[in-house]
Amino acid sequence: MSFLNDPQVRRNVNRLPIEFDDYGFDRFGLSKKSLVRAYSPMAYLYRRYLKVTAFGLENVPATGRGLVIANHSGGIGADAAMIFTSLLLNDEAPRLGQGMAEYFLTRSPFAGSALRRLGHLTGLPEHGEQLLNDERLVVVFPEGARGAGKLYKDRYKLARFGTGFMRLALKMGTPIIPCAFIGGEESFPQLFHIKWLAKLVNGPFVPVAPQLIFFPLPVACQVYYGPPMHLEGDGSEPDHVIEQYVEELRHAMERLISAGLDARPRSFMFERMPGPDKERTP
Amino acid sequence: MKILITGISGTLARGVAYRLVRRGHQVVGIDRRPWPDVPEGVEMHQADIRKRPAEDVFRISRPDALVHMATVTHFTTDTEERYRINLGGTRKLFEYCHEYGVKQAVFVGRHTVYGATPDSPLYHTEDEPPLAGAAFKELADLVAADLYAGSALWRWPELNTAVLRLCYFLGPSRGGTLAGFLSKSRVPLVMGFDPVYQLMHEWDAEEAITLAVEKQLRGVFNVAGPAPVPLSTVCEATGKRAIPIPEPLYRAVLGRFGFPYLPDDAIAHVKYPIVIDNKAFVEATGFEPRYSAKQTMEGFRWN
Repeated sequence: MSFLNDPQVRRNVNRLPIEFDDYGFDRFGLSKKSLVRAYSPMAYLYRRYLKVTAFGLENVPATGRGLVIANHSGGIGADAAMIFTSLLLNDEAPRLGQGMAEYFLTRSPFAGSALRRLGHLTGLPEHGEQLLNDERLVVVFPEGARGAGKLYKDRYKLARFGTGFMRLALKMGTPIIPCAFIGGEESFPQLFHIKWLAKLVNGPFVPVAPQLIFFPLPVACQVYYGPPMHLEGDGSEPDHVIEQYVEELRHAMERLISAGLDARPRSFMFERMPGPDKERTP
Repeated sequence: MKILITGISGTLARGVAYRLVRRGHQVVGIDRRPWPDVPEGVEMHQADIRKRPAEDVFRISRPDALVHMATVTHFTTDTEERYRINLGGTRKLFEYCHEYGVKQAVFVGRHTVYGATPDSPLYHTEDEPPLAGAAFKELADLVAADLYAGSALWRWPELNTAVLRLCYFLGPSRGGTLAGFLSKSRVPLVMGFDPVYQLMHEWDAEEAITLAVEKQLRGVFNVAGPAPVPLSTVCEATGKRAIPIPEPLYRAVLGRFGFPYLPDDAIAHVKYPIVIDNKAFVEATGFEPRYSAKQTMEGFRWN
């Protein structure tokens, strides 16, 4: 069944520059089988439902370490899922984006082991180092839960960035690929948060969108990858240097976002945007 | 070299003794338990490491090196006795090492001392503090013994001390913590959790300990073999049935319905992984495991 066993996903998982053992696991407990099973429905959503178009995938290194830094857009993780899918479905050079998951998720039953099988480890600096040391592609949302919980009125405004990822990139000599996700805020417009419920389940926030369910509306989304930034340093720089680098990256992302927003004919767009071959790259 | 092995009747220790003898070393052993068919080249003393006869072995045999493997776990020994053997015994042995001019001491500890928690990094390095005692009181004595052995590095700098934190092993002897967990036909998993387990072949573990003595290792080292595999795969490959049990019921089924017995706190070790980074050990000794995880598990299944 192609919904759970998509041929393109299967082909690209087999082409990943990752070493798997006899049982199809890598050294972090990532599972080939789970990748195919989870990314197949994602590929369906990517192509048919959220109708994602990816621009600038040539900026993502084909092999070797890299840090993709993206904005959060839409509070239920569809942004992250579609960014990961765009990296895997890139037939030129498929990559597996590995995220740094919220501690709340990795300690929970089912979610924790499922995330691990898909290559997402708890968001600890040590994990970032271990993954980059193993020449993986790590995806970071430096806004964290602050950005994921953005209300619709604050859409596409970048929240405050953490700086840990920048020190990590400098220490590990890793190129940074700025990334912008457009459309998530319209597909899941967060009107307000239910604070007491969040407290009850011990989670960061519980958003409410007009569709009332935790599923995005079929708004067409776009992913833009900017040219990689190679910054000078070793991660031990004083704060003002790091903050300047972060600011530089933030501007790059803001440029990608505003170009992405301008490229859309309207915000609630339900048809796919033509691909980069049709000269729409910002 | 003359090498003294404490706890020599243990399954892993016997293997180490065989290896050392085969490489031309003289081996002296101490254990409370007998080793009836002790091989040629091994001088066996049935004694308690905390008592006088053990000291006599040091005084009379004058070993060049000590491999300390006389530690016990909660599977066999009650709390008070564990502290006496693991801490009291370790202390005594290091004092004898100092007193009788032993040049090399190797303490064989366990990787479980790091503890299993959801918020710790997957690959533990040697500079991390062993935290297991906080959540798993049956391991507190082993954590203390591990740290005490490490303290010999500054207490007696002339004694070359190596503390090994060995990951789980499986092998034909069917001994060891993980083999105990897999001893019955059913293995209880906590529903919704499937941690990765790091295991190596018993023979590779023996080889690693032997290398640590021969290379005169100094410092704290994680010892592991192939990359970890999920617990469900471990069960499958060793021919056991993994049965997921909802967490609230977990404690109630242990030791019943064909499940092995575990102390209450051990549940964290079935929920979360303990994985160690063996880079420092490999760099220091050139150790290379001969058996993959698949060979180790399937070998365990069929012998």
